[in-house]
Amino acid sequence: MTAVAPLLDVRALRVEFPTRRGTLVAVRDVSFAIAPGEVLGVVGESGAGKSLTGAAIIGLIDPPGRIASGEIRLSGRRIDNLPYDVMRKVRGRDIGAVFQDPLTSLNPLYPIGRQLIETIRTHLDLSEQAARKRAMQLLEEVGIPAPARRIDHYPHQFSGGMRQRVVIALALAANPKLVIADEPTTALDVSIQAQIIQLLKRLTREHGTAVMLITHDMGVIAETADRVAVMYAGRIVEIGPVAAVIHRPRHPYTVGLMGSIPSIVEGCERLAQIDGTMPRLTAIPSGCAFHPRCPRSIARCNVDRPELERGGATEAACWNPVPIC
Amino acid sequence: MGDALLELIDVARYFDVSPPWLDRVLERKDRVVLKAVDGVDLTLLRGETLGLVGESGCGKSTVARLIVGLYTPTRGMIRYDGRVVAGEGAPASPSALRRARHGMQMIFQDPYASLNPRWRVADIVAEPLRALQPDLATAESGRRTAALLEQVGLSPSDSVKYPHQFSGGQRQRISIARALSTKPQLLICDEPTSALDVSVQAQVLNLMRDLQRRMGLTYLFISHNLAVVHHIADRVGVMYLGRIVELARTHTLFATPQHPYTRMLLDAVPDLDMTGKSRTAVAGEVPNPLDPPAGCTFHPRCPYANARCRREIPLLKSARGGLAACHAVEEGRLPAAVPVPM
Ligand SMILES: Nc1ncnc2c1ncn2[C@@H]1O[C@H](COP(=O)(O)OP(=O)(O)O)[C@@H](O)[C@H]1O
Ligand SMILES: Nc1ncnc2c1ncn2[C@@H]1O[C@H](COP(=O)(O)OP(=O)(O)O)[C@@H](O)[C@H]1O
Ligand code: SF4
Ligand SMILES: [Mg+2]
Ligand SMILES: [Mg+2]
Repeated sequence: MTAVAPLLDVRALRVEFPTRRGTLVAVRDVSFAIAPGEVLGVVGESGAGKSLTGAAIIGLIDPPGRIASGEIRLSGRRIDNLPYDVMRKVRGRDIGAVFQDPLTSLNPLYPIGRQLIETIRTHLDLSEQAARKRAMQLLEEVGIPAPARRIDHYPHQFSGGMRQRVVIALALAANPKLVIADEPTTALDVSIQAQIIQLLKRLTREHGTAVMLITHDMGVIAETADRVAVMYAGRIVEIGPVAAVIHRPRHPYTVGLMGSIPSIVEGCERLAQIDGTMPRLTAIPSGCAFHPRCPRSIARCNVDRPELERGGATEAACWNPVPIC
Repeated sequence: MGDALLELIDVARYFDVSPPWLDRVLERKDRVVLKAVDGVDLTLLRGETLGLVGESGCGKSTVARLIVGLYTPTRGMIRYDGRVVAGEGAPASPSALRRARHGMQMIFQDPYASLNPRWRVADIVAEPLRALQPDLATAESGRRTAALLEQVGLSPSDSVKYPHQFSGGQRQRISIARALSTKPQLLICDEPTSALDVSVQAQVLNLMRDLQRRMGLTYLFISHNLAVVHHIADRVGVMYLGRIVELARTHTLFATPQHPYTRMLLDAVPDLDMTGKSRTAVAGEVPNPLDPPAGCTFHPRCPYANARCRREIPLLKSARGGLAACHAVEEGRLPAAVPVPM
């Protein structure tokens, strides 16, 4: 991955929320890169900071939340400090977005074709007619049956799975280099989830689009991502190739997380259990934020904050990682 | 494990979802009936965990609500611990019904919505107990609440707090403590961990296992997550559009699924060991329940459908150590299930 210049480069990202009782740091010192065409999975429990990291990249953090420090570069160009109008162009043109609820991306008052054509024409220099043709092609590509008829239907006339297909068409409309997909299948049924993931995988491969795939479903990551970042309490605690993180995790949190996932293949009496819960933002423990729950913690864990360090195939932020065997 | 604790015999529940009467008359529209559950036979053995899986809208929650009496069946009968509790022959008076259902409790998916936000934990947990024994002394009720909270891994000092002071997983523990307060034998659990993060889900699943062992509980465990059901259940029923299409011991069902829908569901589950492997996603979506396909309701999505499938509703019949409702399975024209590598 290091040979190629990264498509997306996030450095020391920090996202804060000012509140009456002080500033909450929701994303802390997060650094990672995504190569062109690469799929980076981001996992972690709810509240870990996954969505905010994604929102920071597409410039959609709701105020008063803000990027307090750090840099985000896309193809070498800084995009974290762009004026709103410029960033709006980047969004859609260079970065597409797919969210959990397709209705957040679709205007209920317009036929889906209208929205596709608008998005296409905002970003590409095409006539109305050419844009309509491209919209039709996109709908066909994402597997909407009878696109010529469906193009004039409203969002509510589609099932949840079909709506998510339309959103994927929208996200890919201007051929972006990167798609941020935040829990794109969480609201869908199992069989539909599989279809959507398959679709996302195929299209992004065909178009050479890189993907930041945010999900709490490790299974989805396992079969989709090239690399995976595990987040805990606002930080990346481990990052590396997906097979290594799943099968040879080094951070004790990743180990616990993997063990807690029930499998349809192997049975076991008890699932591995990480006792306690992820801390609230108002009470992030000192040192390693995981130390109060960690079975491997040592003396310095509650004093010093560990940084990501390479060992074996992955990088883990831990003073006492599982040894490489 | 042994005798039947709960039996559902040909249970059905239809909902009238017609437009209002006047519109119907003016627009000459017919009544619209949604068959949420349409002829379910199910037996829960004492001490076992029966898993019920299926995609949303297939009728899982309606089954749960029929069992605990939140809905009355349109057809069929439910027997619990030797007594009829719903359908023909059920006691008419609400109090007699409540007595007949004694020992049955339900846990819901959403631990936020199912706990009264204005009540303290002590009152929430003790409520079913007080309903049962109105004259229970406050001290005794407090003592029992404290014990229950400890059993589910909370602290007795939590009893003075309110639900919003707890995380999702802790709230589900409170729901469990509440369900346990009347010393039940049967817990109907409707997606109890679906709203929780995996690591919290693991805590709750482990807790439920421990409690079952300690108290000899019987569970009906409803989930759309096959891996969770694989982990927790002794036997599994698969539902599709209001019917059970396959029922078997867990190991049998996952190792050699019979019904094409079960095979499809299993194939759709992303698994950690599948790194890099791609699955054959199955086409199609669940049909509109208001207008279900004729014959086998799965036929539009089924690669093995033939003329008989489009015409005749398949019945649940024994198949390879379990039960399956599929003509192709019955006729032996399905390829043998590919065993899942162990
Ligand atoms: N508008 C906001 N105000 C205050 N805190 C917020 C806001 N949005 C998110 N947070 C907090 O930031 C943390 C990370 O949130 P998020 O990125 O959505 O987590 P994830 O996507 O991993 O579940 C959470 O603790 C959340 O409560
Ligand atoms: N009270 C009701 N009125 C009308 N339709 C209902 C009612 N409850 C459930 N349904 C319908 O019955 C079907 C089964 O629902 P449900 O039992 O909740 O399914 P599941 O729990 O498997 O998702 C769905 O189509 C649902 O819309
Ligand atoms: S740094 Fe210490 S506390 Fe944190 S995960 Fe590693 S061993 Fe555990
Ligand atoms: Mg999120
Ligand atoms: Mg339900």
